[in-house]
Amino acid sequence: MLLINCPWCGPRDESEFGYGGEADIARPANPDALTDEEWADYLFMRKNPRGLHREQWVHEHGCRRWFVLERDTVTYEITDAT
Amino acid sequence: MTRQKYSIFSLLRNAVSRNENWQQAWRSPAPRKKYDALIVGGGGHGLATAYYLAKEHGMRNVAVLEKGWIGGGNTGRNTTIVRSNYLWTEAALLYEKSLKLWEGLSRDLNYNVMFSQRGVYNLGHSLQDMRDIERRVGANRLDGIDAEVVTPEQIKAAIPMINTSPRVRYPILGASLQRRGGVARHDAVAWGFARAADALGVDIIQQCEVTGIYRDHGRVTGVETRRGRIEADRVGVVVAGHASVLAGMAGLRLPLESHPLQAYVSEPLKPVLDTVVMSGAVHGYISQSDKGELVIGAGIDAYNGYGQRGSFHTIEHAMQAIIELFPAFSRVRMLRQWGGIVDVSPDACPIIGKTPVQGLYFNCGWGTGGFKATPGSGWAFAHTIARDEPHDLNAPFSLERFTTGALIDEHGAAAVAH
Ligand SMILES: Cc1cc2nc3c(=O)[nH]c(=O)nc-3n(C[C@H](O)[C@H](O)[C@H](O)COP(=O)(O)OP(=O)(O)OC[C@H]3O[C@@H](n4cnc5c(N)ncnc54)[C@H](O)[C@@H]3O)c2cc1C
Ligand SMILES: [Zn+2]
Repeated sequence: MLLINCPWCGPRDESEFGYGGEADIARPANPDALTDEEWADYLFMRKNPRGLHREQWVHEHGCRRWFVLERDTVTYEITDAT
Repeated sequence: MTRQKYSIFSLLRNAVSRNENWQQAWRSPAPRKKYDALIVGGGGHGLATAYYLAKEHGMRNVAVLEKGWIGGGNTGRNTTIVRSNYLWTEAALLYEKSLKLWEGLSRDLNYNVMFSQRGVYNLGHSLQDMRDIERRVGANRLDGIDAEVVTPEQIKAAIPMINTSPRVRYPILGASLQRRGGVARHDAVAWGFARAADALGVDIIQQCEVTGIYRDHGRVTGVETRRGRIEADRVGVVVAGHASVLAGMAGLRLPLESHPLQAYVSEPLKPVLDTVVMSGAVHGYISQSDKGELVIGAGIDAYNGYGQRGSFHTIEHAMQAIIELFPAFSRVRMLRQWGGIVDVSPDACPIIGKTPVQGLYFNCGWGTGGFKATPGSGWAFAHTIARDEPHDLNAPFSLERFTTGALIDEHGAAAVAH
């Protein structure tokens, strides 16, 4: 079980949170101009790194706010919360 | 290479010589400089690919490169459920090809993979579950796959320990049953394919992690490994949870996320469950091994992880599901727990095919349910590599489907159900 530091509520058990996957994926500003390849990349392709990963979490059973963590996907150590 | 044939006579002969004269099952050669084809990943899928390359396509100058030991990945960590009752025709035909290969596999490999067709029940707990089950069973029958809908009374008669009381939170309203489904011995699958591939001339090279993929003008030319550079103009990558890492070495992006998936076994019990029971609604599944242990699993841990371990609350969740179905198991003690790394794709279907790099092929995205596909996956991937084009069975499972939008949405049939 991860101990996750919610930026608003402090350290809480992982079971209070929902996982939102890779962070910093911005919806394309001009969807009409996108090729199929660009759509596929935005919708489906993921970095999925072995190592540091910036990812989204939501404090589902707490303040219900979203935030971004950096976590090592091998050791599971949380290295940065913003 | 002449291989000692395993039979009742070889068993007896070796028993009287105190089992000291068994021939080694495969060689451990040093890697050569160049091969006709390289298979990266010595799990069941990679070993099966090499075997069918040699057997069906006459490609014998082939090496399997494995970073650790063969079968040490998901092949040796999974809960071994085999079935083919997927909803969509594309998926059903691929898994059914595999099931047909399972049915003759021990004989084909001359290795007992202990494939046991003890049946697989997928339970329904709500009206919607039952509608989905009826739809899937109907689809399976149209695809020529054995499937039936069974009632709570039939379930209770076949599985006396299960709780079919209507007075529980998630009552059992029925199930789909695939009688040809079952389980197999995971290690034996890796060892059997390894031994049979080796006998056809394939080099199985363990402790040989691939760290780079060489390309020249859009063509693959070889790989860098911990044991030096190896050349080949065909490279098939089958590394399950590490697919994105290998893709990165060739400058490719994949629609995959790697998650921990855990499994559990109990202390051994006398025979109590002679079939496989799965439930998507309470989120758990269970069978009993030939040694008597209950083999239990559930869903993935939510986060991305390459750590081969997951969180405790996921374990608790799986146990709650099993106790809901089998209250009597609440006093059984669990012995061991472990995790694998599964490569989850957006439509819960695999990717088996060519890549934008010529001569480089990927087979990945099997997620939580690829053990059942081991022979069929290797068979189709070998075809793809040998002919440089997919077989009809795996053509729909291309990487391009994420661009064209032709996804094969198997979440309903595959999500928890391995
Ligand atoms: C707990 C659990 C339960 C499961 N239950 C079921 C089930 O009941 N039924 C079912 O059908 N499926 C199940 N699965 C899924 C199934 O195990 C996988 O889909 C399947 O085994 C993948 O097969 P593989 O042979 O490709 O993978 P693996 O056996 O993982 O083989 C991949 C190999 O690649 C190697 N590798 C990785 N990186 C490199 C590198 N850089 N260089 C060289 N080698 C490398 C790894 O060491 C590994 O040996 C389960 C999985 C888990 C984890
Ligand atoms: Zn909070």
